[in-house]
Amino acid sequence: MSGRMFGSAIRRREDPRLITGAAQYTDDIVLPGMLYAAMLRSPYAHARINSIDKSEAEQASGVVAVYTAADIEGELNPMPCAWLLPNAGLTVADYPCLAKDIVRYVGDIVAVVVAETRYQAYDALDLITVDYDPLPSVTDPQEAAKEGAPKLHENIEGNQAFHWTVSGGDVDAAFANADVVIRDRIVQQRLIPTAMETRAALAHYIQASGELTLWNTTQNPHIVRFLSSVVTGIPEDKTRIIAPEVGGGFGSKIAVYPADFLTIVCSKRLGRPVKWTETRSENYQATTHGRNHVQDVELAATKEGKITGLRAKVWSGMGAYLSTAAPGIPTILHGLMLSGVYDIPAIHEDVYGVYTNGTPVEAYRGAGRPEATFMVERLVDVLAKKIGKDPADVRRLNFIPPFDNGHDVATGLTYDSGNYVGALDKLMEKSGYADLRKEQQEARKSGRYIGLGLGTYVEICGLGPSQVAGAIGFQGGLWESAIIRFHPSGKVHVFIGASPHGQGEETTFAQIVSSELGVSPDDVKVVHGDTDNTPMGWGTYGSRTTAVGGAALAVSARKIRDKAKVIAAHLLEAAVEDMDYEDGRFFVKGSPDNAKTIQDIALMANVAWNMPEGVEAGLEASTFYDPPNFVYPFGAHLAVVEVDAATGEVELKRYVCVDDCGPQINPMIVEGQVHGGVVQGVGQALWEEAVYDEDGQLVTGTMLDYAIPRADRLPNIEVHSTVTRSPHHPLGVKGIGEAGTIASTVAVYNAVMDALAPLGVENIPMPFTPERVWRAIEQAKEA
Amino acid sequence: MFPAEFDYVRAGSEAEIAELLATHADAKILAGGHSLIPILKLRLAMPATLIDIGRVPSLKGISVNGDVLRIGALTTHAEIATSAEVRKHAPALAEAAGVIGDPAVRNRGTIGGNVAHADPASDLPSVLTAFAASIHVTGPSGARIIAAEEFFEGLMATALRENELLTAVELPLQSKGQASAYEKLAHPASRYAVIGVAAVLTAEEGKCTSARVVLGGLTPAPTRAAGVETALQGGPLTPEAIANAAAQTAAGLGDDLLGDLYASAEYRKAVAHVYVRRALETAAGRLA
Repeated sequence: MSGRMFGSAIRRREDPRLITGAAQYTDDIVLPGMLYAAMLRSPYAHARINSIDKSEAEQASGVVAVYTAADIEGELNPMPCAWLLPNAGLTVADYPCLAKDIVRYVGDIVAVVVAETRYQAYDALDLITVDYDPLPSVTDPQEAAKEGAPKLHENIEGNQAFHWTVSGGDVDAAFANADVVIRDRIVQQRLIPTAMETRAALAHYIQASGELTLWNTTQNPHIVRFLSSVVTGIPEDKTRIIAPEVGGGFGSKIAVYPADFLTIVCSKRLGRPVKWTETRSENYQATTHGRNHVQDVELAATKEGKITGLRAKVWSGMGAYLSTAAPGIPTILHGLMLSGVYDIPAIHEDVYGVYTNGTPVEAYRGAGRPEATFMVERLVDVLAKKIGKDPADVRRLNFIPPFDNGHDVATGLTYDSGNYVGALDKLMEKSGYADLRKEQQEARKSGRYIGLGLGTYVEICGLGPSQVAGAIGFQGGLWESAIIRFHPSGKVHVFIGASPHGQGEETTFAQIVSSELGVSPDDVKVVHGDTDNTPMGWGTYGSRTTAVGGAALAVSARKIRDKAKVIAAHLLEAAVEDMDYEDGRFFVKGSPDNAKTIQDIALMANVAWNMPEGVEAGLEASTFYDPPNFVYPFGAHLAVVEVDAATGEVELKRYVCVDDCGPQINPMIVEGQVHGGVVQGVGQALWEEAVYDEDGQLVTGTMLDYAIPRADRLPNIEVHSTVTRSPHHPLGVKGIGEAGTIASTVAVYNAVMDALAPLGVENIPMPFTPERVWRAIEQAKEA
Repeated sequence: MFPAEFDYVRAGSEAEIAELLATHADAKILAGGHSLIPILKLRLAMPATLIDIGRVPSLKGISVNGDVLRIGALTTHAEIATSAEVRKHAPALAEAAGVIGDPAVRNRGTIGGNVAHADPASDLPSVLTAFAASIHVTGPSGARIIAAEEFFEGLMATALRENELLTAVELPLQSKGQASAYEKLAHPASRYAVIGVAAVLTAEEGKCTSARVVLGGLTPAPTRAAGVETALQGGPLTPEAIANAAAQTAAGLGDDLLGDLYASAEYRKAVAHVYVRRALETAAGRLA
């Protein structure tokens, strides 16, 4: 039975505690003597601080301390940027934990209050008087890059954080010789990740020992430990980071945050545990946002529709400061993917990273790849329309042919394996594409506007070879680790450095161990999230936990199996070469009835009464797995929409997808990840947008204004798959966490444009509110 | 955010509510809390005391008394949406209650709180106005009955006087030859009505004898679409007649129109007729 656990849709072991309220999040933890912190945040997008009067707040009931930048001068180093993009003129602006002279976005922290209760802390915020001189502000990235725009940082010209380029092939020649050139302006609006659990930190510093424990809602506790030691000066060996249950991240919990370090300072100074938990309004204002690109894109093609070149200029809003991993998102994870699923011989992109008076922008599910996929997939549709072909046919014409061990693209990447036409074929069949086209034609005759939108994609994930990480300026490694430890009773602990927070690896990793070693998954406990009892790892983001951590685990399992085989041979008085293994049983070839089980071996290895000579006691293996390449999942998605031309309302009627993440460890979990990903991508197309007004105020600052997707607005998502192994992963698997988001935004966009094609509508800014769609229709009517 | 500090008292009866209102200055009544608590959290209101009326039995329940449908102030939206009496006697009210917010809001929010709060984007005020409902209140100077059309005075402004308590709403029972419907364009985040249209039609022998069509979401208080009502009066309820009548929607709306980031006043005004047409078509379909 256990040998078949790989591929079984067993239930997630995480769910009973999550759905019964038994899970423990950072905010659930209460320590004796604990105090509560609250952050006073700037109400201005850009202002000079003349003075701060905290005397009244200090006298308020329950208040223990109020700190401003002046009070903690020299105690915290500036916030680190940990992706130092090379060859891009990167300028890292000074990013203090507490603003001293200037605030640069609504949400910048100017003071912290610590009180006996959370209510007292928040009440005292109102008693601090800050005298500000407002300064001109700018939140649009392209505007911020213009001459004469308000300047955010004294030593940074043109608000330019970096200018990064990628180039391959002769782009100028491609455009000079093109039969057809397509141009489009695409705005990837600013999005708010909206994890269910807002950010939180509980710091407990013990003055007697100089030791810090920080409970923190993070996707990567080991990175937090490393960077915390850089910022706070508390050394790594005296710092323990615990990520308890983490209620979603979507990229917003990769970064380290000023409020976390301020909470540490408060505990260190006061000698008591201090907890800080964001309100939802604070989360919207000050936890990192995503996307925020203005893209000018051009595509060159022959009149038959063969793509010959792609050229783009992108202004990427970074917000007021560079968040932890921010510079790598709109560059490495974006520009290098511009070939998409196609053989495009010539590609050039300029990306301008621009400081703006907005919340720092970071990774958000897909992180750079949705923005790249959108550019390519949108223009392919426009090309198809221009040359009068079906978008599916233009895709087929340009697809990279199936390959199973490496394919180079113009941006310099080597994709691992792919069968893009296979995914599209399956999508055509499962969706009944040809019939849908007929229905669309029929509907048009009766004045109904139905649209079909394709999104075919390949993404880069499983980050990645550490040597590459170093070459692209990532200030860390990108390997993962896994320890498997057998106990005398045959039960197993797995310790991993990655930090799942909803993706289900407690279940799938147990399935891997089960399949490799023949134990029941119920006998495998997966431990993660505590830097004091897990091996180092770089965290859970970029769909890398299974792609890299899963590989480490598989290699550890195989080491265990090799050692167990030696012990079994000894116990069965046979030569190791004569041993066979099947489903947790070791036996001499041809004598399967006389076997030692993995549990027998675990007991012997732990008591060590009769071990082979030179073999250590214990049955445990540890692996640090550094992948030889990234992995490249892919797929093809179809959205079917109907637009009400009278009101501009868009209804998503069907959503069909085919994803290929290699062999699936647990198809139910894959399906869940696809669902969540698709929904977040649809959210960008139809509902979500973080809007700043002309003064830099976030006017979509609550869940009454910022529309996240809701179940009743979505159709049943039809999930299918193909299986193409990664040639270099020990299990052949890729990643699936972000795939849905990468494909779905552009699929829905293309569908709406397809629906409105008879009306002459060509471009509508996202999200597609009824008013925007209606206006586009009205304007097209006038034209 | 967090509300400012306040005292909390709980009333057990209507008499106790009156007493608590009389003795607590600067008090607010707390029913389901789904309008009040968000305002408290934003500190847009900072009352000294909240008087919780949530456990006063006489304010709860739905009943048919003679020729009226009575709904107690504490009745939740979910109870209204699923009530057999409401579905039978005032279908559009059940429909509207069923599209307020989300299930959590409908399970806690009450009709009394909703009506007293008088949010212009709320679903119920337009429906109650279309049904010519009466709003029952009691206060220091005794009980009063106010017609819905007079009750909603403007943006979160009502005819409720200081220390008055909304106790119930009453609707005339749907008569033979009458039908109603509610149509709405919901804000995708808040689910409030960007445009909400309630229509109550009465017909005899295929001719419209009375039409009450009320718009919510566009104006500070519910607005009767007078031009639409007049156009329907006495005529057939064919698709053409309905479309022609709906075309009169914008004319009567005036200049004081609501708009926001999601939907401008211009847009709301331009497309309101579509929702009017849909509400009328649905109601007319129910007559058949």
